Amino acid sequence: MAITVWLKIDEERIVQSLQESAETLDRTVGEAFLDFSFVRRLDATALAAMEEFASMADDKGVKVVLRGVKVSVYRVLKLVKMTSRFVFVS
Amino acid sequence: MIKSEAVQGRVQIPLAAEGLSEERIAYLERLVRQARTAAGVFTQFTQEDVDRIVKPMVLAGLEQAQHLARLAVEETKLGVMEDKVLKNMVATEFAYNYIKDKRTVGIIREFPERNLVEMAEPIGVIFSLTPITNPTSTVLFKCIMAIKTRNAVIFSPHPNAWRCCSEAVKIMYEAAIKHGAPEGVFACLESHSLQDNDYLMKHKDVGLIDATGGTGAVKAAYSSGKPALGVGAGNTPVYLEKTADLNTAVVDIIISKTFDNGTICASEQTVVIDDEIYASVLKKFADLGAHICSEKETELLARSVIDPKTGFMQAMAVGQKASDIAGFAGLSVNPDTKLLIAPIQGVGREYPLSVEKLFPVLAVYRAKSVDEALKVCVDVNHAGGLGHTAVIFSRNDEAIRKFGEMMNAGRIIVNSPGSVGALGGVYNDLVPTFSFGCGTGGGNSTTDNTNIYHYLNIKRVARRTQAHMWFRVPNQIYFNMNAVENVRDLPSNCTIVVTNPALEKIGHVEIVRRYIPKQTHVHVLVIPDAEPEMKVVMQGVEALNFYKADQIIALGGGSVIDAAKIMKLKYESPEADLEELAAPFLDLRKRVVQYPTEKINRVRLVAISTTSGTGSEVTPFAVLTDKERGRKVTLADYSLTPDIAIVDPQFVMSMPKGLTADTGIDCLTHALEAAVSSYASAYTDCNAMQAIRMAFKYLPIAYENPRDEEARCMMHNAACIAAMAFSNASVGVNHALAHAFGARFGVAHGRANALMLPHVIPYNAAVPTKFVPSPYQQGHVAHKKYATIADLLALGGHTVEEKVKNLITAVEQLLDQLEFPRSIADLGIAKEDFERALPDLTQLAFDDPSGRSNPRMPLMSELTELFWKAYQGRGLVKMAKTSKQTA
Repeated sequence: MAITVWLKIDEERIVQSLQESAETLDRTVGEAFLDFSFVRRLDATALAAMEEFASMADDKGVKVVLRGVKVSVYRVLKLVKMTSRFVFVS
Repeated sequence: MIKSEAVQGRVQIPLAAEGLSEERIAYLERLVRQARTAAGVFTQFTQEDVDRIVKPMVLAGLEQAQHLARLAVEETKLGVMEDKVLKNMVATEFAYNYIKDKRTVGIIREFPERNLVEMAEPIGVIFSLTPITNPTSTVLFKCIMAIKTRNAVIFSPHPNAWRCCSEAVKIMYEAAIKHGAPEGVFACLESHSLQDNDYLMKHKDVGLIDATGGTGAVKAAYSSGKPALGVGAGNTPVYLEKTADLNTAVVDIIISKTFDNGTICASEQTVVIDDEIYASVLKKFADLGAHICSEKETELLARSVIDPKTGFMQAMAVGQKASDIAGFAGLSVNPDTKLLIAPIQGVGREYPLSVEKLFPVLAVYRAKSVDEALKVCVDVNHAGGLGHTAVIFSRNDEAIRKFGEMMNAGRIIVNSPGSVGALGGVYNDLVPTFSFGCGTGGGNSTTDNTNIYHYLNIKRVARRTQAHMWFRVPNQIYFNMNAVENVRDLPSNCTIVVTNPALEKIGHVEIVRRYIPKQTHVHVLVIPDAEPEMKVVMQGVEALNFYKADQIIALGGGSVIDAAKIMKLKYESPEADLEELAAPFLDLRKRVVQYPTEKINRVRLVAISTTSGTGSEVTPFAVLTDKERGRKVTLADYSLTPDIAIVDPQFVMSMPKGLTADTGIDCLTHALEAAVSSYASAYTDCNAMQAIRMAFKYLPIAYENPRDEEARCMMHNAACIAAMAFSNASVGVNHALAHAFGARFGVAHGRANALMLPHVIPYNAAVPTKFVPSPYQQGHVAHKKYATIADLLALGGHTVEEKVKNLITAVEQLLDQLEFPRSIADLGIAKEDFERALPDLTQLAFDDPSGRSNPRMPLMSELTELFWKAYQGRGLVKMAKTSKQTA
């Protein structure tokens, strides 16, 4: 049975949001949906947190789906070679 | 050694990890990763974000200028602290002054008149090597440039300048981070090794290597396979020309050569002095604290500061004081000596001091003439200074220009110090820099003063431009019955009437003469009724010259009018080379060969057409037969267009039926091809469509009832109107096929057109195998235009396809009415003969310029197929299709 988690990421507290999301990974089976539609900019700390979240999800066999990623943010993920860690949906 | 890493979609770049421990590789990878992340984050920054960071960085650099200068001198033991302070200030303040208002994010420049916009794209991670000679100033400068352009930098300072450079990086980094720059935007290698440099230079995530320093570092950068800004050694020649302001020149040279003890690679190396001023210049140098070496001292100096094995300067002399250098060399000089001046007699290995010397030793050469001076400067320039810097002091503009031409140098500094002058922004308006591009002469990729624009990928957003089009026809067109009467109003002292024998015989010339004002001297030039030959044209030009004619009246069909056009051209511009003017071109406005605009004579050309087809009376074309070479010369230029056209149907009333049909179909083909041409416009469309309507209505009548005045008049006008369309929109593949076929088998032009027309319309209406690149056309429209024509002719049909089919049927019916053969075979041409000629025909049709404006790019195979269709004929094609369908 798939248990999907939906989480909205707050731009002002991306790192905390991801840490909170990470706590739900144990209860997640299948996919974790992170709503990025309110995130307009990423900094190095946020990128590090995303990378960590992706690694944790990998370990637990959970696919991380990012929803509503703005193209400027997507480009950053592309430049730092992180797009392969996530699935993107609009 | 670790294995090569495959980079998707790129050439595999082997990672050179020889001699590097796993820990070291991990460290370097961490640096790159951190820089890559910073660069990625940086892409989200706006111009305002960036500018908010740059200014405090500059202020931090200015505040720490002295601290960093002191550190640099202590560590490197080179140069002068006070000068290094100045360098640090130039690297920050002057650089900022240049960049502060420049856009480096998003749209950076706009060229509305070119529909072009330039946008900035950061490079990403830059690996930067910095020199020992200008260590902290180079770091400050590069940090500011990098932030302004949203790039991350990993610095690798010269090993003997590591501490001062890492301090400079730290100061810049802290200021940048404090004001919002991404973490990890700058990094400085903790220690220095060639293996580290090699590894980073070849790293797939490093976008650019910016190597300022020694030849070795620059060469390694360029050899890495990465884009690199390599900036290397110089050997600056200075020409001190006799008209120079000597007081200023001498002081400027001393300022420059002693600045930071001569460590700037743009500083003066050999001063070539005109004989007349040599003694006084040396005296001025001596008066201001320079020591002029004797021959013996020069020899001792050369032995001490130049390595006899390599011929290059000794490292221990770089950036040292003049008195210290004199001490090494065993020279006894005043301790306050600013500069050692060594007279030399030539350039090259025999004259060791003629090379680059990054210390206060200056070679001087006494030149007996300007030529000799320039030659010696060229020699110095070529002795290790190519592409770098050259200096001239002169008040003579011609000498400055000549020096500029002779020197291969990215910076030619005039009447100012070489080193500080080349840095830019102080003595001149050069872009401030600490990296001098030396162009290909110096093995570099640019001659620029490296600046922000070299830290950017500049993207050009090129919007489609609305190409200017034109509609050009004669100034005056008189038409309808008796329009020839207007000749009466054309004043002329001497008029030459050019015509052919038949027209003279039937009295047409007399009709025209009747209306020429009485005071005009009239001479009639009768030329053969055939495509004009050069000989005939030149006879005409002779007559024009002999009579000093001011007007030509061309009375005839295309051949006569074409001949008159070329006569006018050669009469007005005798130097016009017809062979050259006939050179092929793709776009009239960009053609290589221009028609002459200077004219020694002026003559008005009045064209009176006596056929209703070619429309030569309004076209800018003329065809000449070159019998000697057995070919045709086609001329095309709007300057060939007659000044006045007279379209008077009285001259076509007696045209025989066959000629009526041939010329009439030529007119229809002109209009149909102009309508679908890739150069068609609303201006040509209205003419083309009207001509088509008139031809369909009046050509059959004129053919059946040659004396029908209205039909003749309308067809005569239709031919002229169609010609106005194709003069500006050109024709197409139908003409290309007809030209080739008609010339090869001696078939009249109109008849040849008729054989092709039913096959060309469906060809053009179909989706092209290959589209023609044409800025004038918006999409594939030929089929729609044919449908519009069908509507205009009220041919019926609901869909575009039906309408095109109806148009083809209407054309076929018209051809039948005019009793045209249905196929090439019907002309009695044997299939074998045709087949044999086909490769040549295809080649000729392909080369014909008419095809270039066709809406569909004719492929060779398609031309062959069209020829075959024309051979088989429209009836046969239709029957074959029908029978196939039946079967």
